[in-house]
Amino acid sequence: MTFEQLLQYIFSGLTSGSIYALTALGFTLIYNATGLINFAQGELVMLGGLSAVGLYQAGLPLPVAFLGSLTIVLIVTVLFQQLAIRPLLSRGVLAQVIATVGASLALRTAAMMIFGREALPLPAFSGDTPIRIFGASLNPQTLWVVGSTLLIVLALQLFYRRTLTGKAVRACAVNPLAARLMGVSYSNVVLLSFAVSGAISAAAGVMITPISFMTYSSGALLGLKGFAAAALGGLGNPVGAVVGGVALGILEGLGVGLVSSGYKDAIAFVILLLVLFLRPQGIFGGKAVEQE
Amino acid sequence: MHKILVAAVAACLVVVVLFSGCGGTTTGSSEASAGTDATTAPAGTAAADSQGDQLTGDPIVIGAVVSTTGPNAPLGEPERMALELFEKQINAAGGVLGRPLDVVVLDDQSNAKEAVTATQRLLQQEKAVAVIGASGSASTLAMKAITAQAGIPQIAMAASNNITSEPPSDWIWRVAPKDDLAVERAVSHVAEGLRVTKIAVLYDENAFGSSGLAQIEKVKDRYGIEVVAKESYKTDETDLTAQLTKLKGSNPEALIVWGTNPGPAVAAKNLKQLAWDIPYVGSHGIANAKFIELAGEAAEGVTFPTTKILFPESITDPEQKALIEKLITDYTAEFGQAPNHFSSHGWDGIAVLVAAIEQAKSTEPAALQAALNGLTDFTGADGIFTYTATDHDGLKVDDLIMVRVEGGKWALAQ
Repeated sequence: MTFEQLLQYIFSGLTSGSIYALTALGFTLIYNATGLINFAQGELVMLGGLSAVGLYQAGLPLPVAFLGSLTIVLIVTVLFQQLAIRPLLSRGVLAQVIATVGASLALRTAAMMIFGREALPLPAFSGDTPIRIFGASLNPQTLWVVGSTLLIVLALQLFYRRTLTGKAVRACAVNPLAARLMGVSYSNVVLLSFAVSGAISAAAGVMITPISFMTYSSGALLGLKGFAAAALGGLGNPVGAVVGGVALGILEGLGVGLVSSGYKDAIAFVILLLVLFLRPQGIFGGKAVEQE
Repeated sequence: MHKILVAAVAACLVVVVLFSGCGGTTTGSSEASAGTDATTAPAGTAAADSQGDQLTGDPIVIGAVVSTTGPNAPLGEPERMALELFEKQINAAGGVLGRPLDVVVLDDQSNAKEAVTATQRLLQQEKAVAVIGASGSASTLAMKAITAQAGIPQIAMAASNNITSEPPSDWIWRVAPKDDLAVERAVSHVAEGLRVTKIAVLYDENAFGSSGLAQIEKVKDRYGIEVVAKESYKTDETDLTAQLTKLKGSNPEALIVWGTNPGPAVAAKNLKQLAWDIPYVGSHGIANAKFIELAGEAAEGVTFPTTKILFPESITDPEQKALIEKLITDYTAEFGQAPNHFSSHGWDGIAVLVAAIEQAKSTEPAALQAALNGLTDFTGADGIFTYTATDHDGLKVDDLIMVRVEGGKWALAQ
């Protein structure tokens, strides 16, 4: 394998990896606030992409469609949290997780009925001309995704460490009861986390649609790989989510190059299994898995 | 606050349900609509009745199951229109064996279960002597079990190989070019059109792509082709640059991509991104406007196999050329739009059956079966059909042409 090829595999991995990273971030935000794994996360990404397509095809300019889809998915996520998660709080985490599975099916079917079964495209944000670096080529759209991921992580870190609300969110992740005793509104924190998670996933969806189109069924694979990425990086750690996502993407790309394309998906799931067996807290995870 | 939210969502759900009602759902949205199909079924019957006044004898009933609603409607509607046109023309010309032809068309809603129900209705209530159907492969296979058991001839319009390759296959014949034939046409284009010997294959892991690869491996020696590399991808995969980079390393002279949208469109875009200028030969799965919409400029120069109806100038057989030109004229006059290859499947479906009935001078199943198996050099819209007891597909590689995308439109490829 030449250096050019190696670089190209890494760039391919960067493209998919940054999408996994943003999806993993979505998982992480909700996990931090509620201890839940949101199995509808992939569908939120899908919905973001398809909403933007719908708005763009209705005649709105691309930036407006982008913001519009963020708004739509944000509303859907908040509604979902208020109507499906919140009433089940007294029933425990398992009931809420099952609710997220139900939501993922509902969103998928709604998308199929509204947008049809075919793949839908969006134009690239800044054109299609690839950027050549040392003989390998990078899709300019990938830079948008990577750039946004970095911005979002930076913004999140500033939010968590420098703002009072951010600290309140962290407090809820550590000990919800103590946080409430200190005057933090737990339900508002949860609402905020879901909303931001939905917006980030929607942004991921809009940004990947120009690269690989979006179909009503795209959410399933994205959600599973995003979860594997989050687990790899350490569930609950935003930086871990991004590192996990990019690492997973690059490992997949190298796997195709060095081994075979048939095993590409297997790589993600083998990694997930290895992480769960050997180091359940992930790369950046601090403490070991807690027992209730 | 909570109650307002519940009310809001309830309202949204109502809107979504109404929306879906307008959209035309696929998931057999009701047993009830199977009932309404009885009344929508044939504009065809009315037409036949008015022509049939001059013809004596009981009508010959041929059933047809097509998808006029659901995801396969773009296939089923042109098929239905061709069936209607044929019925009208044949009844105006004296019917079949002096009897009026009655084509009963039922909608399977692009759903295999509905196709089964429709077939049973056609056989038991309508007493059809033969059945045409369906538009999609899944429905066709579901129907096959019923027609084989009943011993009634079925003419298939779908492309999946196992329609004729898997038993029971004594009672089913096909008019659409099958998947394997399209693969062979692509390979022959590489060998004789592009004149290269080394190819790389990028294929979808699903049944369609995998069987495409298997067929390439099977016919490559006949054309002197060498597969230097092959890579697979999952149908929903978002980025194929890794696979393409790996394929590029083997220095192939042409690339065959076998899959249905959106994979091949992603592949086309990735090829452009990698600045890899290699001839791209695709499957008949990209013979639609969707591919060009998805791939945009990257679709330029992509070639794929399809039937000749869109390029009558490519037809060498004078009888077929005359048939196609007349079909285009009559179809456009009747429906205000030009026929496409689904229309030609519909046309051939009924034409082949009528030819068999006239040959056998009977509508008895055994006689029809023998007549169909003996059909030789029958000129259809899709090609020249020759069936035998072992070959129920009837077409040859030459019946397909290669089309290239040029300027966002289709052009004949040499």
